[in-house]
Amino acid sequence: MTAIILFTSAIFIEKAILILVLFVLTLSVAAYSTYGERKVAAFIQDRLGPNRAGPWGLLQPLVDGAKFFTKEDFMPNAAEKWLFILAPGAFMFVALMTSAVIPWGTQLTAFGGAVDLQVADLNIGILYIIGFTSLGVYGIMIGGWASNNKFSLYGAIRASAQMVSYELAMGLSIIAVVMLTGTLSLKEMAAQQAGFNWNIWYQPLGFLIFFVCSLAECNRAPFDMAECETELVGGYHTEYSSMKLGFFLFAEYINMFIACAVIATMYFGGYNFPGVDPGWLGGLMGPIVMLGKTFFFIFVFMWIRWTIPRFRYDQLMRLGWKSLIPLAILNMLLTGAGVLLFGK
Amino acid sequence: MQLTNRSKNVVNKEMTFWERIYLPAIFKGMWTTLKHFFRKKNTLNYPEEKREFAPVYRGWHVLKRDQQGRENCTACGLCAVACPAEAITMEAAERKKGEENLYREEKYAAVYEINMLRCIFCGLCEEACPKEAIFLTDRLIPADYVRQNFIFGKDMLVEGVEPEKRVDVTVRQKHITEKKTAVGV
Repeated sequence: MTAIILFTSAIFIEKAILILVLFVLTLSVAAYSTYGERKVAAFIQDRLGPNRAGPWGLLQPLVDGAKFFTKEDFMPNAAEKWLFILAPGAFMFVALMTSAVIPWGTQLTAFGGAVDLQVADLNIGILYIIGFTSLGVYGIMIGGWASNNKFSLYGAIRASAQMVSYELAMGLSIIAVVMLTGTLSLKEMAAQQAGFNWNIWYQPLGFLIFFVCSLAECNRAPFDMAECETELVGGYHTEYSSMKLGFFLFAEYINMFIACAVIATMYFGGYNFPGVDPGWLGGLMGPIVMLGKTFFFIFVFMWIRWTIPRFRYDQLMRLGWKSLIPLAILNMLLTGAGVLLFGK
Repeated sequence: MQLTNRSKNVVNKEMTFWERIYLPAIFKGMWTTLKHFFRKKNTLNYPEEKREFAPVYRGWHVLKRDQQGRENCTACGLCAVACPAEAITMEAAERKKGEENLYREEKYAAVYEINMLRCIFCGLCEEACPKEAIFLTDRLIPADYVRQNFIFGKDMLVEGVEPEKRVDVTVRQKHITEKKTAVGV
């Protein structure tokens, strides 16, 4: 009896620590993504970017956070009070939940024990992620609706329409990967891509579709229809200020981080790299490789944002429904045929 | 009229297949931004680095003194007449006995004011000056919150007597002389 209690409490503590580490990691990556975004933008525009707060401006995210907390917390008179407060929290909650199923490495071996570098190995991991990212639009919808502002409502409507359009193509491109790997668990997907046997070699078209769709899911340029400052004055978060606004912006960066991690896991071998054993350094090599890939894709996301102008709404819809979905179906059929003919 | 040969005729035609899949154009654009990423940055870290001024920059005026430390200005008012922005005002006074070490000429400017908000830093005052008394220098007018503080009196304009407080205007002086000889004045 005591053995069982000891065992469960050990697992509980292990998972709690892992969750805490992941939580801190996610938040700090999101915070430094804002810094990275500004630096990338500046470098692409031949500028230097923030360099006053600390060496190379490295304290900028902390200063920004402190600023968010000390700003006036304004609420419109006619806003739906509870929904207005609930929205950023809901958005943030959903964004943080998704990181639970991502395998950051194989196992961490220290002090004679072994710890799985994944909070929860769900056998439907990828479905869980898709489900939660779809829930993310509720935060935007509630926020836009509760603001009692037509621009906010427009942003919210656009966000949900975009989400519906692109989630279809995204799901279809994921189905192709699932057919190829024969599993819905992200852990097994990563394990199957050992060495250089990455899914991208079998799924280039699927990757392209998934990548475009994840740009749209993260509300990133060129698909930032929900915010587009030039048309909607900031879209769904027009009326938000102080840390509530901070939560929205932060959660978007967390979403980007998770999306990049999922791309790395599904198509680019996760913690695998040719010639590198994820078990090196007591299992720390896996997370390092994984984070490296993730940061690379975050950079690509930013690079795209500062290169391509925003799509018009009708162009966005045409691209989603008339190009990406047929392409995704074609990709699915090709994959099916390939799996049937050549096996996995 | 064609000014450059870079203009393109815009035609509202249907996009070709290559254009409709966007990707070639996107990769081209990303290549461009990537090149900019590694390019030399234009930013100047202002308080630490300062942009180099032209040696004949036209900034904060100086009222010169001669070798003996006497003010050159004789309050003839030609600078005020020449000034297109009407920024200069002055009041003349007669030099008393015993003030020969202060003023070079028998008449001097008791009050000499330049409104730095009116001044357009054209340099016509230095060209008008027959006594080589006023020059523009490469110093910037400091910012202020009060308009009144931009009316610079003699305390802000006349250079100090001590050698280390003198303002070097030789380059500017040469420049004006060349300009004057070019038009035959």
